[in-house]
Amino acid sequence: MMPALRTSGLGKHFGGVRAVTGVSLALARGARHAVIGPNGAGKTTLINLLTGMLAPSEGDVYLDEDRVTGLRPDQRVKRGLARTFQINNLFPDLTVMQSMLLAACEQRGVAIDPWRPVSSCRDEMTAAHAILRLLHLDGAEDAVVRQLPYGDQRLVEIALALACKPRVLLLDEPAAGVPKAESQALFRAIAGLPEGVTVLFVEHDMDIVFRFAQRITVLVSGAILTEGAPEDIARDPTVKQVYLGSR
Amino acid sequence: MSIAAPARTWAGRFPWEESAFWLLLAAGFWLWPKHLALASQVLIAGLFALSYDLILGYAGILSLGHAAYYGLGAYAAGLLATHRWGEPLSGLLAGACCAGLAGFLTSFLVVRGQDLTRLMVTSAIGLLLFELANRMANITGGVDGLSGMEMAPLLGAFRFDIYGRTAYGYCLIVTFVVFLGVRRMVHSPFGWSLRGMRDNPSRMLALGYPVQRRLIAVYTVSAAIAGVAGALLAQTTQFVSIDVFSFSRSADVMVMLIVGGAGVLYGGLVGAAVFTLAYHYLSALNPVYWQFWLGAFLIAIVLFGRGGVLGAFERISRYLRERRRAPAAQP
Repeated sequence: MMPALRTSGLGKHFGGVRAVTGVSLALARGARHAVIGPNGAGKTTLINLLTGMLAPSEGDVYLDEDRVTGLRPDQRVKRGLARTFQINNLFPDLTVMQSMLLAACEQRGVAIDPWRPVSSCRDEMTAAHAILRLLHLDGAEDAVVRQLPYGDQRLVEIALALACKPRVLLLDEPAAGVPKAESQALFRAIAGLPEGVTVLFVEHDMDIVFRFAQRITVLVSGAILTEGAPEDIARDPTVKQVYLGSR
Repeated sequence: MSIAAPARTWAGRFPWEESAFWLLLAAGFWLWPKHLALASQVLIAGLFALSYDLILGYAGILSLGHAAYYGLGAYAAGLLATHRWGEPLSGLLAGACCAGLAGFLTSFLVVRGQDLTRLMVTSAIGLLLFELANRMANITGGVDGLSGMEMAPLLGAFRFDIYGRTAYGYCLIVTFVVFLGVRRMVHSPFGWSLRGMRDNPSRMLALGYPVQRRLIAVYTVSAAIAGVAGALLAQTTQFVSIDVFSFSRSADVMVMLIVGGAGVLYGGLVGAAVFTLAYHYLSALNPVYWQFWLGAFLIAIVLFGRGGVLGAFERISRYLRERRRAPAAQP
């Protein structure tokens, strides 16, 4: 089956520092694929390369086997590649619904319209509402984002990405900073992501990784150390040594 | 579920306060009949500040060279009028087109960088045009300015009179029409996206917005509106000074917007009124040191009036509303 997302020898060098080097990945449609690795392994750089926020020094990115390496980030979003951020990157002064409408209006091609009153964007509101319901945020439409609990703000991150109607969703440490008490809602949200959407997530929280990932790639010093099913990764002594810690 | 809450300014309705504001301006023919020329200057400055509000208040583009487009609009309309094309509306259109085209061409330079780069690039554009106008004195009149314009009657019926009645009506109608267009735009999905790009451009990129292209679009529109303001100035005063391109003109419009309140539509109009009237009356009191009081006022705005005059006004209104509500809530 044609992979939904594929990279071939992807690398990024900052001067003499090789942040990511020779990364080749292939994610099947609907896959749940985790990328783990110690701090500084190049996980977020990899996400930035996939989304086009960084230009690669080498290698290529393919979406449904279409080469998207030279495309701008917004063009990749239009091709179905959306992301969340490791540190909340939201619109703190807007309400949840206002934020969602920003995403939905662009996704549906009405955000360029300078004459249409925003109050007439009913279809976009309906689409936004459906996503908020999926993430159990449907009571928070009118809440100002900055006033939401941190866990809910992380959910808004995911909701915004889903409003882009992605075929491939990149989650950059979705559980980062979420208190244990709020993590159940996040787990529920990740479990409830549409099955047709391919999900690549970078995560430190091994609970999430081993609960949701079907395959895991271990990144160390910018290069792939190993890749496999979660049970294989858990047993791999090299992974234990470099990432989980050896005794 | 409401899209208007809590940011009231996102709503698209036209409340009575706004109607009252424009009716007051329309009543200017009777309320300040001897000061119509000054009132026209206020409206022109307000329109210029409105154009600047689009890029600074809504899209977050800091500029110190917006006078470039104001000046281009003024010279375009002025040159047409000196070459026997004194029809006002087509002159206005020519001013808008020239300034809009220049805005579009220069926007590629402006939107590339961030705040400091943008300040440098925009002020450089202003300085370049100033010196160009100075150098091409055979066309622009150089430091002597452009004079000898002959304006045709507005709509073939209303002559520009010495009391400034036609000029005031003309400025008021043009300002109102442009304001309605801008108002419609900022309450559209496009207008919302401008705020998004101002507040968080990286997230907007991640939502699929071609941020630079949208900024180019709004910069071009803003330049065209600045051109309309410049053209109005040329047509109503029948003179264009090279000063329309000056750095201080660009700085003044920024001060007007900060004084009035950025990103709230009326901030530019209110700031222009405060600034122009302060200039007029304070400089009459003391032509040398009048800017001392303007400086003091600006410091007061920064310290106590975040959001400018309109921001302070809104806070005072909210305070009074809450005070009124407080005794009623007590048993």
